[in-house]
Amino acid sequence: MRTFILRRLLYAIPTLIGISIITFAIVRLSPGDPIRFFTFGVQDITAADIERLRAAYGLDKPIPLQYVDWVGRILRLDFGRSLIYNKDAGQLILELLPNTLQLAITSLVLQLVIGVPLGVVAALKRGTWTDGAIRVFGVAGHAVPAFWLGLMLILFFAVQLRWLPSQGMLTVGADVWDLPDRLKHILLPAFVLSLTGIATYSRILRTETLDVLGQDYVRTAHAKGLRERTVLFVHALRNALIPMVTALGGILAVLVGGALVIEQVFSWPGLGRFTFQAAIAKDYPVIQAGTMIASVLLVASYILRDIAYAVVDPRITVK
Amino acid sequence: MATTTAAIRGQAAETVVRPSRSLWSNAWYKLRHDRLTIVAFVVIVLLAGLAAGADVLASQVFNYTFEKQDLLRTYQKPTLQPLAFLFGTDEIGRSQVVRLLYGGRISLTVGFVAAFVNLTVGVGLGLAAGYFRGVIDDIYTWFVTTLQSIPTLFLLLIIAAIWTPGPATLTVVIGLLFWTGISLFVRGQTFSLREREFVIAARTIGARDARIMFRHILPNVLPLIFILAAIDIGGIILVESALSYLGLGITPPTPSWGNMLTNATAYFVRAPWLVIPPGAMIFVTVLCLYLIGDGLRDALDPRIRETK
Repeated sequence: MRTFILRRLLYAIPTLIGISIITFAIVRLSPGDPIRFFTFGVQDITAADIERLRAAYGLDKPIPLQYVDWVGRILRLDFGRSLIYNKDAGQLILELLPNTLQLAITSLVLQLVIGVPLGVVAALKRGTWTDGAIRVFGVAGHAVPAFWLGLMLILFFAVQLRWLPSQGMLTVGADVWDLPDRLKHILLPAFVLSLTGIATYSRILRTETLDVLGQDYVRTAHAKGLRERTVLFVHALRNALIPMVTALGGILAVLVGGALVIEQVFSWPGLGRFTFQAAIAKDYPVIQAGTMIASVLLVASYILRDIAYAVVDPRITVK
Repeated sequence: MATTTAAIRGQAAETVVRPSRSLWSNAWYKLRHDRLTIVAFVVIVLLAGLAAGADVLASQVFNYTFEKQDLLRTYQKPTLQPLAFLFGTDEIGRSQVVRLLYGGRISLTVGFVAAFVNLTVGVGLGLAAGYFRGVIDDIYTWFVTTLQSIPTLFLLLIIAAIWTPGPATLTVVIGLLFWTGISLFVRGQTFSLREREFVIAARTIGARDARIMFRHILPNVLPLIFILAAIDIGGIILVESALSYLGLGITPPTPSWGNMLTNATAYFVRAPWLVIPPGAMIFVTVLCLYLIGDGLRDALDPRIRETK
């Protein structure tokens, strides 16, 4: 197990190098000169001033050298200073990381709590209208544009009924530990973000449960006279859960990537929304910090997924 | 007794005589009897027809162009008089229904073209990696893993924000970013197919690599590519709409279902009817594409074909 984890960690290194090259390239190969962009309209600036600024930000060196410099710095978590806030870019993003994680983890929990039972119920009631409804939901959950669903929920629950707040994490002026208030704020965005996962899990669990219930060992368990509930939860579900771990990869990508749009819809102060705003303002250090940290988050969760997979299914480690 | 056996033999012989069906004709037979898939297909054809006829419909039926503004009649409620206000008007008095038609044209075009790009790239690279293995496969795997580890929306959004590409470039960029899933799948299939007898047979008679890949392996992956393509187009339409909603994809005055919702928060109180239709159009389009994908899977996937 330890060698498996170690090897999996080593595999992440080339990936991280690839990510850093892409992140760096996209920003450095972009058209337009950030220095000119930020000094635009400044009356008394001279060519010498522009050169000095360029040297100050290290933009006068050859591109490969700039890359090496940059990697050296980001290994020390130094992404440079935000061109707009004049603060440490990595710091700005890391401060928002807990907010995004909070949203993503709540969604993940919602996915499991709603998606798994839906799939099992659909399998147990195969062929009935309940099964049909859950299957339709399984397709519809993937097809609905998340940002639009968010807008519709705001329209319904926040604007029409006035039950839930439409944006932010906390009511302005509320206590940081006001849990009911936090819960109210997170409910809509977390639900919208979790929808794809709910749909995925319900589909997988339906297929898997049907598959497992038809196997010999489940018949044996029934034949032993075990209760229906014991057979289902102790014998059948355990094996049905394995493919779920595989699906986790796609789900995590949706949680990190999709969070960007949802954060924007619900004005959730997360790293996706911040990176988005930085992209529009061409605040390169923040763009790089946001993309790198989101990607590292994804790589880390892929590693966790693979370890979880090895734990759930011992056959994996043998390979 | 003897006659019954003969009768049974006769029956058995009859069933054997029945002409054997190819994968495609069998799939076609199944599809014709799959009502849900047919409905979904008809809806997509209908939407494509409306989008293709947007110019004619706008000038002949609605008498309103998509950029025509009427500042005296902003936030009009949906009404039949005039017909152009069927779904109301927006904050600068543009006809919602005409803009929905043109938005459909954009969304469907982007979806189909980008899917074509990513299928070409994904299938090509997947075939090559699975067929040649070795170093080529290692580089391929490294690249795919890297691409999958950057949240695609982040990447797309940054590219869109920095380069502000036009609709055509944007379509190609989307196509170039979303090929990893399909490609890995094709690679996996190629891995197992290249060890099969018919490939070895082709090699022994001296077929070149390219011929084996495209004439022998590709046709065997094709059914699955069709299934994935339908789902792929739907996914791309969703991504395009999200990007346009954020103001970075298709930019006004060209309407797209996504960018019609950019100002949605301003509509909440004054004009809720402006929020529903664009999203509903995306939803229906993508839903139908996914249903077609499901239908194709039922018809084409051999494993499901046996059990059902």
